[in-house]
Amino acid sequence: MRWIAQYHPPPMNSAIRVRELRKTYPGRTPVEAVRGLDLDVAAGACFGLLGPNGAGKTTTIEILEGLLDATSGEVEVLGLRWDRDATALRERIGVTLQETKFTDKLSVLETLELFRAFFPRGTAARDAIDMVGLGEKSASHVVTLSGGQRQRLAVACALVGQPDLLFLDEPTTGLDPQSRRQLWDVVRDLRQQGRTVLLTTHYMDEAEKLCDQIAIVDQGRVIAAGSPAELIRSLGGDHVVEFAFASNGSRADSRGDEAALAQLRALPAVRSARAEGDGYHLTVAEPHVALPAILDRSRALGTTLTRLSTRHASLEDVFVSLTGRHLRDE
Amino acid sequence: MSEASGFLELYKLRVREFVREPAILFWVFGFPILLAIGLGMAFREKPIELVSVGVVTSASSDAVESALRAHPGFRVEELAAEDAARELRLGKVALVVGAPPGPGAELEYRYDATNPEGVLARARVDDALQRAAGRTDPRAFREVLVTEPGSRYVDFLIPGLLGMNILSGGMYGIGFALVEMRSRKLLKRLAATPMKRSHFLLATIASRMTVALVEVGLMLGFGKLFFDMEFNGGFLAATALCLLAAASFSGMGLLVATRTKKIEVVSGLINLVMLPMFVVSGVFFSSERFPDAVQPIVRALPLTALNDALRAVLLEGEDLSAQLVRIGILVAWGAISFVVALKLFRWN
Repeated sequence: MRWIAQYHPPPMNSAIRVRELRKTYPGRTPVEAVRGLDLDVAAGACFGLLGPNGAGKTTTIEILEGLLDATSGEVEVLGLRWDRDATALRERIGVTLQETKFTDKLSVLETLELFRAFFPRGTAARDAIDMVGLGEKSASHVVTLSGGQRQRLAVACALVGQPDLLFLDEPTTGLDPQSRRQLWDVVRDLRQQGRTVLLTTHYMDEAEKLCDQIAIVDQGRVIAAGSPAELIRSLGGDHVVEFAFASNGSRADSRGDEAALAQLRALPAVRSARAEGDGYHLTVAEPHVALPAILDRSRALGTTLTRLSTRHASLEDVFVSLTGRHLRDE
Repeated sequence: MSEASGFLELYKLRVREFVREPAILFWVFGFPILLAIGLGMAFREKPIELVSVGVVTSASSDAVESALRAHPGFRVEELAAEDAARELRLGKVALVVGAPPGPGAELEYRYDATNPEGVLARARVDDALQRAAGRTDPRAFREVLVTEPGSRYVDFLIPGLLGMNILSGGMYGIGFALVEMRSRKLLKRLAATPMKRSHFLLATIASRMTVALVEVGLMLGFGKLFFDMEFNGGFLAATALCLLAAASFSGMGLLVATRTKKIEVVSGLINLVMLPMFVVSGVFFSSERFPDAVQPIVRALPLTALNDALRAVLLEGEDLSAQLVRIGILVAWGAISFVVALKLFRWN
């Protein structure tokens, strides 16, 4: 497609550099949304801020977009700073906010032409529309678009200025599975062109599938960073085994009993163990070694297994091992 | 893209938002016209209505009847004696004429002397019948009617409604629209682009002035077509005043929209500003009815300045140069509102 050839990433190494970022919202009980956050986003990366709701992701991204002032800390975007270079920066970034409602009675093309007019350089409005797959809808009024189409329109509006850095804040929240996958395709295209993308999400599968680099954010800080593979490797094993003993067997290892967990951790190829629900959650390096050992353990206890499953470890497991909470716990 | 293209697209955005929303079109253009029609009809100077007269059937009643029918001011009914008494009692006829047979026989006028309509009927019926019988008036006279355009209630009303329309268009068209854009985060999204913020505000005002131009043409054109209003050459001056006022009221609309993102809050503020002016600034009745003590305040209000200036140029044919104080009041309100609003305005 034509627009792919049009984008030439500028020569730079670091797209975003953040040190000790803090943001406190004043009030009777001040809210510390961001508490000393560090971030390094390399040029050309698709970088994900992954964290639960309220972790400070949106506050962080809006400070990077120049929409909020930081309480303290250093922020450099594309080698520039908001207090000195605001106009130059706005010409080089593209932004989608959470849930912008564009004007209902404006067509897709008219909306894009509006945004295009603000940028001294950029792609043609129609090219931006094609890029997000809304070509057939370009004459339709915004009010007739589905949620996923509106979100793609928002991405097109962010692309029309040919940005060197694209911010996507929760791009797929509230979308149905098909719309999510369509949007993922758009982001993958952007990544292939070598654009730098920073997105926030609280969906671990989204971060895992789209991002080269991830920072896991919790309570206003980055608690882990790296590629999805690196983060999962940090668990010590790529596999997760989940099982439960029949409750009518020997209760020598009642749930949560530290001694029982220690015995499970001592099994071959098991890297970590914790009680979860009515059973156990193990991180395992080699399932073919660990599984026979678990069955032996069951026999030794004189009980049977009521369930057993294995799967690849996910970022969710990383988050739980770091915080003891699930990403989607509200 | 050139510098001006941002302004142009923002101007198109505002105009499209306006013309593509039928409800807004109705409230801005249709409603004031309906109001003018309603009030114009309710307060129109009525011609004196036909006087209903009953004539009691008799051998010589035909002559009386035809004498009355020859006169345009009567509605004549021929009635049997008992019907005539009933209709008089019910007020369906104001007077009953009894004509006994025989030339020169005495006529009988039966009516209620405490009812103005009866008294009027008595005078007009007698006049018509006496003339038909050959009476001539010893002195000549001519009639001069005094319902000239320019002195009627509707002449007073139309400039007031126009002023009211320009005010509410500025307050709602700007204040409401901006808060609505803030509530759907469009303002914040625009603030994240290199858009010149001055372009956004100028485009908002320019689109409002465009709409105001249509409002002037529509309102005054309507007054001319339906109420035969004469503008004494004041049409251009009125248009200029309305454009200035539209810009000034845009500033006030901007001021009420600086902070809030709640539609309810801005609606309340708009009403707080507008409703007192609708009452005291001479929309429906003259602002001079208020006591002298409060007149300085009433005259310093921007809608009073606009309405008084519009009436002066439209009804009295005065020049704009005679309206400098009122123009100054409009400019001051607009300028102060803009400066304060720009200091306080929040994009997110």
